[in-house]
Amino acid sequence: MNVKAPILLLCATAILASCAKRETPVEIGNREQILHRGIGTEPKNLDPQTTSGMPEFYIQSAVFEGLTAQQPGDSRPVPGTAERWDISPDGTVYTFYIRPDAKWSNGDPVTAGDFVFSYRRALSPALSNPYAYMLYCLKNGEAFSKGDITDFSEVGVKALDEKTLQITLNAPTPYFLRLLKHHSWFPVHPPTILKFGKIDDRDTKWTRAGNLVGNGPFTLTSWEPNRKVVVEKSQTYWDRDTVRLKEIHFYPIDDMHAEEYAFRTGQLHITGETPMERIKHYQENNPDVLKLEPLLGTYYYEINTQRPPFDDVRVRRALALALDREKIVNYVLKAGQPAAYHFTPPDTAGYTAQARIAFNVEEARKLLAEAGFPNGEGFPKIELLYNTHKGHMRIAEVVQQIWKENLNIDISLLNMEWKTYLTQKKSHKYSIARAAWIGDYEDPSTFLEMFITGGGNNDAAWSNPLYDQLLAKAGREMDKTKRFSYFQQAEKILMDEVPIIPIYFYRNKSLVHPAVKNWEPSLMDRHPYKYVYLEADE
Amino acid sequence: MVKFIIRRFFELIPVLLIAISITFFMVRLAPGGPFTAEKSFSEEAIARLNEHYGLDKPILVQYGNYLLNVVKGDLGPSFQYPSRTVNEIISESFPVSLELGAWAMLFAIVVGLVSGIVASLRPNTIQDHVPMGIAMTGICMPSFVLGPILILVFGLWLGWFNASGWETASDRVLPVITLGAAYAAYIARLTRGSMLEVLPSDYIRTARAKGLSEKAVILRHTLKNALLPVVSFLGPATAGIITGSFVVETIFNIPGMGRMFVLGAFNRDYTLILGLVVFFALLVVVFNAFVDILLGLLNPKTRQHS
Repeated sequence: MNVKAPILLLCATAILASCAKRETPVEIGNREQILHRGIGTEPKNLDPQTTSGMPEFYIQSAVFEGLTAQQPGDSRPVPGTAERWDISPDGTVYTFYIRPDAKWSNGDPVTAGDFVFSYRRALSPALSNPYAYMLYCLKNGEAFSKGDITDFSEVGVKALDEKTLQITLNAPTPYFLRLLKHHSWFPVHPPTILKFGKIDDRDTKWTRAGNLVGNGPFTLTSWEPNRKVVVEKSQTYWDRDTVRLKEIHFYPIDDMHAEEYAFRTGQLHITGETPMERIKHYQENNPDVLKLEPLLGTYYYEINTQRPPFDDVRVRRALALALDREKIVNYVLKAGQPAAYHFTPPDTAGYTAQARIAFNVEEARKLLAEAGFPNGEGFPKIELLYNTHKGHMRIAEVVQQIWKENLNIDISLLNMEWKTYLTQKKSHKYSIARAAWIGDYEDPSTFLEMFITGGGNNDAAWSNPLYDQLLAKAGREMDKTKRFSYFQQAEKILMDEVPIIPIYFYRNKSLVHPAVKNWEPSLMDRHPYKYVYLEADE
Repeated sequence: MVKFIIRRFFELIPVLLIAISITFFMVRLAPGGPFTAEKSFSEEAIARLNEHYGLDKPILVQYGNYLLNVVKGDLGPSFQYPSRTVNEIISESFPVSLELGAWAMLFAIVVGLVSGIVASLRPNTIQDHVPMGIAMTGICMPSFVLGPILILVFGLWLGWFNASGWETASDRVLPVITLGAAYAAYIARLTRGSMLEVLPSDYIRTARAKGLSEKAVILRHTLKNALLPVVSFLGPATAGIITGSFVVETIFNIPGMGRMFVLGAFNRDYTLILGLVVFFALLVVVFNAFVDILLGLLNPKTRQHS
């Protein structure tokens, strides 16, 4: 016994000592140019034409490249796979010239025909691409997608020769070049798609590591579900000399606390989220790594305009006017989110709404009294629906309290699991529901078009013919000033009738290791990896 | 013995059938479907997806088809992860859960048995109170508390281990302790209890009287009988440890089956949930049968009774 104990102790110490002085993945990464990025949840697939989430996009933007691209911290479109383009005077015909040296990761040249194939696939009814509507600006794009026409040659995409692509739009779409940065416009490699199935098969194995052929700055090396996805620098990419990272490792970490722990133990360079309760700690102790940056998104409450008493615009306005948003952003969120007094986030491609739904308790009480509920008397007991989440709960609790104080009305809180919540909201079985919208592209239309009559995400079931007309006009207008004035008028209607109560504008809340360079703020959370590199400060 | 095994095998079928049937209809009762999404699909797209996956057929037809496929060993495609089948997902994630579970079980058995035996040798002394106190804490402390504490101490403060992941050998340490702790504690208490029951027996006294060494008395004679309750606990515990590790898998971000199960439920990935339930049910039944056989070998009395 006496001999064994010291030996055991020695062994234990040896094991612990060997653990103690280890080099973290981040330290190794800094030396070898390997970026470790947390992406939230497991990507559902890597197919740019069947997915819709950000985790997927983070990987897709490394392995694919669209016709246009962007530079760090600047959302303006720059040449991507296309080296230049011409636009017809009426703004409806775009001619793209594809780079002679653009290649797929297997060495094949990227051709105009590949883009025609890709857009045909993206619009194929059987593929059920959730983002097919992004291509509806193509002439006959919507008709093909809905099966009204079956001949793709009628759609406005044509290969003039091997390297020249002509795109014809329904109407001048001033943000078209920005739109092309979206993953639904990324090209896919036709022979690879056809090797594993038909053009419109959604569940083939073409996106597996070893199968996937892309045209981006990186190629897929491995995909271990729920563990990590690895991409490495492409040897065939046209601009490979710019690419400085050797590899990027993407980690799906669902739990944001686990992700933050991983950041602190040197496993991640970049996290997707920062838990609300950790923000203050970082602000005080490590402000360099906490990146709180504007994101193109709005957090709001949606009101079921069909359900009394909310069919009365005065009641909706009263609730919106009585809401002290500053209290919410300053005491609950505390990460610098701006309070939202209109719907479209400020400075969306140069547009900032002039309409305001102010904080005005007097006016709110007056309206509520006019609607038949003086001092909140007789106001029915209503429920505020939100999906189960600590952050949503805290906001809902504060809103509940603010409305009680300012309007003397009682609302109860109702939380539901995600899909149940969505089902309730989509089937209009709610009174007030928490909602959020992240823009698909930088243009006010991605926000305002939500509320056209019968829109797929218009869960408020709100309708205003003038609003619909204004947006239709904006859709046809080339002149930026006129277009924006239509949006201004539309947003004014939206804020007068308040089918929704904007609460705050989103902020990206990620942790970024100081060694990560060229990682600039981006409204759309887009960080072109080809410019990123790692350099540890000594 | 062969007859016994064959009978256990046939008992498996109704258990699986019941598990499949209940789950099949329950998951469909949950609001929302696999294609309910925030940025909503068009109605035509949802109709096409339902048709593609056979969800447009009458529910009993779907049920029948599913059963037929299960018999063929095909658990179907995953709705959420369209490039993968449920069979693939299970074959990828089960080895991870199995490894985690096996280490946790080993940890539980070694720590549990040793501390249980140590405690039973000098009951109601400090040598008993300390391990049993720790064991009681272990039973009471849920893994979602223990896990973060271990991460905080050994990951963040001391920097010995990664906070999460399943990459290196050292990544196994914290999750294994987190998962195994409660079972170790339970085994420790079971062992102590049954040791204390067996120790005063006549045959132990005889063994001592014969002049056997204390080591031989404890390990060869006492422990063999004292182990019976521990072994019968091991069956459900092993199944539980492998199937119930989803909390630990989430805390430590381990790509095992438990996490897939939770994701499947949130995503209404019907085939994935069903596939995992079938697999879990199979595991539980097999482990229980295995333990029954083991007990039969250890104690002939059980075999006669059953």
